[in-house]
Amino acid sequence: MPSLKDLKTRIGSVKNTRKITKAMQMVAAAKLRRAQEAAENARPYAERMEKVMSGLAASATGAANAPRLLIGSGSDKVHLLVVMTAERGLCGGFNSSIVKLARTRINELRAAGKTIKILTVGKKGREQLKREFGDLFIGHVDLSEVKRLGYSNAQEISRDIIGRFDAGEYDVATIFYSRFQTVISQIPTAQQIIPAVFDESKAEEAGALYDYEPTEGEILAELLPRGVATQIFTALLENGASEQGARMSAMDSATRNAGDMINRLTIEYNRSRQAAITKELIEIISGAEAL
Amino acid sequence: MADTMQFDLVAPERRVASEQATQVVIPGFEGDLTAMPDHAPLITTLRPGVLEVFTAKGSQKYIVTGGFAEITADSATVLAERSHPVEEVTQAMIDEMVAEARKAHEIAHPDVVDASAKMLADMVAMGTHVGFEPQG
Repeated sequence: MPSLKDLKTRIGSVKNTRKITKAMQMVAAAKLRRAQEAAENARPYAERMEKVMSGLAASATGAANAPRLLIGSGSDKVHLLVVMTAERGLCGGFNSSIVKLARTRINELRAAGKTIKILTVGKKGREQLKREFGDLFIGHVDLSEVKRLGYSNAQEISRDIIGRFDAGEYDVATIFYSRFQTVISQIPTAQQIIPAVFDESKAEEAGALYDYEPTEGEILAELLPRGVATQIFTALLENGASEQGARMSAMDSATRNAGDMINRLTIEYNRSRQAAITKELIEIISGAEAL
Repeated sequence: MADTMQFDLVAPERRVASEQATQVVIPGFEGDLTAMPDHAPLITTLRPGVLEVFTAKGSQKYIVTGGFAEITADSATVLAERSHPVEEVTQAMIDEMVAEARKAHEIAHPDVVDASAKMLADMVAMGTHVGFEPQG
């Protein structure tokens, strides 16, 4: 049985932990608001981009000289998986759930006899995948120095990815990230970005009534790389919001757990204090009786 | 005939402008074009340049690079990778964009080297247009 003094130190340390998790929760809440705003602001661009591109893609797919980013390299042997995770931990299952999804996909692709290459964005995912698939890594993007995610970050990543595609390093690229739903629910998502895939239904809405300047094909060729960058940017922002959301709820439950623990320890402390007093009283009384 | 149309200028990170415009001058890939209400539907890519929008209150200029414009009878939407009101543009900003274009030109694939040269020239022209001295 721990002594009174031990219990007291224990309570003190749990209280400190609770203060820290509480502070982290509040920081995450503030950051979440900003991340959500950023994601919100980016939405009009991404939506328009997709709408116009799906319209164009629908009419260009059949063309003989359709861009490779759209129709692919004609094979699907080598897969590039871009795993996007956070730079920091302490955010519940956020990183693990993305990694888990990626791992499932890797195993599936392996079973199908495909070659796999992995590009990681964010330190945490890299650490988790390293032991098992370290030999498949072909690159890493470090965003730990980035204070505020900008479109330029997405552009750099997409330039890298497209460069590798043009160099024939892989045939299909998929990004893994977490889509922000609510503070307590983030959905790990896999999205194929090269060759580009479009929602058929959206293409029909867009219609083919436009005049194009220059030609449709040229516009599409120019827009496809931008589309990749936009998708990556959206994914980065969604990931950012998800990370903060996950951290917020993880820290919230940590704070609550610490509170419960403090209550339990306080009860134990009071009981043992009471027991010690009772014991002393008994000793005094039996001492007096013996006289 | 309506005398205004909905004009949106959207960058990846934010909506730069959204207002009722009477006409918009857009730096299209093959030359400037003016979109007015009831324009025939058109999609064009942009070259780096200055976009000017006229509203009931007056006109406002923006620099835009990289993207496209979608024009319909009652709206003009411009999606640009970078876009700033002309007043906010600084020499440093122009230098950075020109440097980026130059770098892209240097590493350009032979197939697209002409396009990237044009891009660089347009970028420099845009800088001059808004009153700076790009290091062409």
